[in-house]
Amino acid sequence: MKRWIVLLLACIALPLVSGEYYINLASQILIFAVFASSINLLLGYGGLPTLGHAAYLGVAAYLSALVALKFGLGHLAAAPAALVGTTLMAAAFGLIALRATGLGFLMLTLALSQVLWGTALRWVSVTDGDNGLRGLARPAPFGINLDGATAFYYFSLVITVIALAFMARFVSSPFGAALKGTRDQARRMSALGHDVWMIRWLTFIYAGFWGAVSGLLFVYYHKYIHPVSLSLANSAEGLLAVIAGGSGTLAGPLVGAAIVMLLKNYVSAYVERWNMLLGFVFVVIVVFMPEGVVPGVKRLWRRFISRA
Amino acid sequence: MQYWAIQTLNSLALGGLLFLLAAGFSLIFGLMRIANLTHGALYMLGAYIGVSILKVVPNLWAAAILSGLVVAAFGGVLEKLVLRKLGGNVLGQVLVTLGIAFILADFCLVVWGGDPIPVPTPSWLQQPLRVAGLAFPAYRLAVVVIAVLVGIILFYFIEKTRLGAMIRAGVDDREMARAVGIPVSRLFTTVFCLGAALAGAGGVIGGPIMSAYPGLDADMLPLALIVVILGGVGSLTGAFVGSFVTGFVYTFGVALLPDLAYVILFLPMILVIAFRPRGLFGKFAA
Repeated sequence: MKRWIVLLLACIALPLVSGEYYINLASQILIFAVFASSINLLLGYGGLPTLGHAAYLGVAAYLSALVALKFGLGHLAAAPAALVGTTLMAAAFGLIALRATGLGFLMLTLALSQVLWGTALRWVSVTDGDNGLRGLARPAPFGINLDGATAFYYFSLVITVIALAFMARFVSSPFGAALKGTRDQARRMSALGHDVWMIRWLTFIYAGFWGAVSGLLFVYYHKYIHPVSLSLANSAEGLLAVIAGGSGTLAGPLVGAAIVMLLKNYVSAYVERWNMLLGFVFVVIVVFMPEGVVPGVKRLWRRFISRA
Repeated sequence: MQYWAIQTLNSLALGGLLFLLAAGFSLIFGLMRIANLTHGALYMLGAYIGVSILKVVPNLWAAAILSGLVVAAFGGVLEKLVLRKLGGNVLGQVLVTLGIAFILADFCLVVWGGDPIPVPTPSWLQQPLRVAGLAFPAYRLAVVVIAVLVGIILFYFIEKTRLGAMIRAGVDDREMARAVGIPVSRLFTTVFCLGAALAGAGGVIGGPIMSAYPGLDADMLPLALIVVILGGVGSLTGAFVGSFVTGFVYTFGVALLPDLAYVILFLPMILVIAFRPRGLFGKFAA
């Protein structure tokens, strides 16, 4: 708990000591951390490898943008519409994807999200296809203008803290314990009278909801949405963040989100080959440090020391 | 009438290409229990390598075979050097194939650039075939014929040869196959190379219809996934039926409701998942 408070204080103090570039980068890390944490609910605590979580981020972002642009409604209507719509979609997708577990689940989530990606790209009359939707505005909660980097950073920080607190509460609740049970011993849980399918489905919906929250933050930050947000690459980045940080831990997705976002920002500033690097990082982490970067580096370092 | 005849033929041609892609994907999944997410990228790599070969050897069929061999070699290296290291860690293997898919896609972009590269149709197949007053593009007919021929050869290979019997045994029960002395690990490499070769050759054969462009991998992978979800994992018959169903649904979806063609792809998938989660011809749920 002490560490979390120190981290939170550091996050609050950050805009006092750094420039706009780093404040914006920190906002992106926070948004991505919410996204990765929602994936972690499924992968880390439920043992369900989702490769289509960008669907919830992207659909929430698109819904919010479409409600604002096509119906001219404000954020007070757009945000709840996007959250409710996306959560309902997660409920429907869960019915399909949870017909399987393991790799079948992975394939189904991937296929479902790819269908949405293809639709966003081709349904030009609604989504404007490859151009994406632009001309969006950030909300102004309680009349506070969020257009500045610092104001938006604090807004993201508040939402992120709320999101992470809710997800932490979720996994430490009796329901969360049951979820971990279905991950480790699905059959025994079922024999003990737990409805394994229902536990997974509710978790799927819950993860979809927080994915949608990250999608809202995402579209507020960028004021723009493009089909690439729904792509396999985006789902994969989220999954990579969870694995890189250490899945099944609360801090893991935060660390992973920071690693992926720092890499992405720094590397794309120097070279254009982000996708190739993403692929390499994926391979290296999965092959050499499947338990996450922090324990992995420690283990490799110990091995290096003991050899030298 | 002409329009619908052409659409039907287009569906069949797309189905044929999907079969070349999905047959390998399904066999690899059935035997090794991994979803090979490089499969779309291997298809694209095959198409691009074919483009380069065609500059030297102006024969599409030779290019398809050569490109298939190169992609097969790459697949073999990938299986032996990377996937083998992660034996038993199924999720790790799938994630590695995903990482490699990103690397391959970016590699193709570096080497062949961002503009679509057309692949010329062989000259003797450029004239449409006229039957009962309707004109059919000859090349698409040829693609269907090739897919059916490959299907027959694969079916014979899997059902009638000793190696095929070993693969079937591996798909049905890997541990038992190993216990009775079948070299399952060597089969992994064989099947992985075979699947990669089919995907690579498929990329070249599909070239005159789809050309080679960045994003071809992302367009083909979901179709292959849907084929395998429909047809069932590890089943050639399933891949064959699933490919043509998907080919028809997608082509007619694009023709009738171009905006929502991808949503229409949903429908057969949901029906199958709802009533038969293991797929039409699958032996086990993935």
